[in-house]
Amino acid sequence: MSTIPKGPRPKHLTVGRIGLYCFIFMCALFFLMPLYVMIITSLKDMDEIRAANILNLPKELSFYAWPKAWSQACTGFVCEGLKPGFINSVKITVPSVIVSVALSALNGYALAFWRFRGAYFFFGLCMFGAFIPYQVMVYPLLKIEDFLGIYSSLPGIILVHTIFGMPILTLIFRNFYASLPIDLFKAARIDGGNFIKIFFYVIIPMSTPITIVAVILQVTGIWNDFLLGLVFAGRDNQPMTVQLNNIVQVDYGVAEYNVDMSATILTSLVPLFVYFISGRWFVRGIAAGAIKG
Amino acid sequence: MSFYRNIAAKIALLPMIVISLTVFVGCIIYSFVYSLTNSKLVPVMNYVGFDQYERLFKQRKWDVAVENIFIYGFVFTIGCLIIGFLLAVLIDQKIRGESLFRTIFLYPYAMSFVVTGLVWKWVLNPTFGLENSMHMWGMTWFELDWLVNRDLAIYAVCIAAVWQGAGFVMVLMLAGLRGIDEDIWKSLSIEGVAKWKSYIFVILPMLRPMVVTAIVLIAAGVVKVYDLILALTSGGPGYATTTPAMYVMENFFSRANLGQAFAASIIMFISVVCILAPWAFYEFYLRNKYANN
Repeated sequence: MSTIPKGPRPKHLTVGRIGLYCFIFMCALFFLMPLYVMIITSLKDMDEIRAANILNLPKELSFYAWPKAWSQACTGFVCEGLKPGFINSVKITVPSVIVSVALSALNGYALAFWRFRGAYFFFGLCMFGAFIPYQVMVYPLLKIEDFLGIYSSLPGIILVHTIFGMPILTLIFRNFYASLPIDLFKAARIDGGNFIKIFFYVIIPMSTPITIVAVILQVTGIWNDFLLGLVFAGRDNQPMTVQLNNIVQVDYGVAEYNVDMSATILTSLVPLFVYFISGRWFVRGIAAGAIKG
Repeated sequence: MSFYRNIAAKIALLPMIVISLTVFVGCIIYSFVYSLTNSKLVPVMNYVGFDQYERLFKQRKWDVAVENIFIYGFVFTIGCLIIGFLLAVLIDQKIRGESLFRTIFLYPYAMSFVVTGLVWKWVLNPTFGLENSMHMWGMTWFELDWLVNRDLAIYAVCIAAVWQGAGFVMVLMLAGLRGIDEDIWKSLSIEGVAKWKSYIFVILPMLRPMVVTAIVLIAAGVVKVYDLILALTSGGPGYATTTPAMYVMENFFSRANLGQAFAASIIMFISVVCILAPWAFYEFYLRNKYANN
């Protein structure tokens, strides 16, 4: 009889389990291959890249591509590398995350505990917004920002990230607050707490886990954004993803694949770092965002 | 009910209400209204009826874009579901190093579409990429020229997308598998049902909510695919891998043909509604109806 999957770990390896391990190992190789290729390509020099197998380890380690990608690679006529893009991405991500998480926490709190007539209608409308393709909203939103005088500026892109982060964040905060015991809220009300006091003294101190999830979602999401940064940030505030694409896609001069791959790794360092550090929290973020309340 | 009741909550939700109305609803109305005009460089109120839509449907490029989005949507969704489910099942077998494998399968999901596209562009490079590796290993019959092949380039996009998104489905499915009652496994094993049969005929139907959620989230993401293709193929060769989102962006920002872009974006919006409507109807209407009975 076959083993029960939920039972204790089998003592002896059966043929089936060896096959299982082989298969899962092959899958892991497929998933790791691009990362491996990225890293070794960035450590080869161009002669070796032209001559040798893309999968071979470098014969001689060459580190020249990394500083070049960071501070000298060209986007069009400007040759400053990815550094300005990194700084811009930090300048965009940090305030966007703070504003959108704070606002969405307040929204979730109001929706969970202070329901008023029509509140859920607007919440539904907001959730619907999460599914509208950006292309439908990009141009009118650009006109709105132009009217407000913040198009092509840092506040402009921060506002856009706050808007598009709001539906999913509000949802996860609302679901989290709705799962808290209501008696807690009632007790705070009896003790004379008002909307603001309860939020600051009762709710926020309990919000640490869900705030971590929300921050992880937003940091990776905003760092990885391309389209919104391209349209709304303006030439001076272009995020790292946009500059990366510009560096790699230059259609004149000799393509330097090692520099391209170093630049690609540099751009994904922040989300990868967040992912490896946060582990289970990242997974919780996916689950929280996916399960509709 | 007085307007001033619960006033603090109303003020707190004001940003969400304003954004929902102006951005999510307002922008769609704006786009629709101007899709009925012959706006070129700037939006002008010059009513031409449904001319833009007629012109859109006559465009060869739009046909290609629609065809591509169907191929991509189908292959990507099915690929993600099958591989994601398979990985979840593998990980569910009480294997050693479970968290290591999970980390490996999910890390691409933390990377941006731009990075994904650029990495695969390099791996699939017709001169230096995997094809070359295989030739160097003596397999000269091996062909992997997808990126320069008009008919196959869209499948290269699918591979990159599945590589990035399969881990997401795996996480959802794994959450579902872990929620399956132990007793079900016990009774299946007493009945002597083969394990693969149990997974496909018993467990998979039980995971239906997870599968539906995954399909809806993936499908809504399919419609807006833009940066992945921009990085991987730039829509090429020729315009063989162009998509509706690219068509819209091109007409907005490089062709100065606003009317066309608005019309195309409205079609995108309608297709998202068509994906969401049956699901939303089921989730929020039917379920509530049965819950109340």
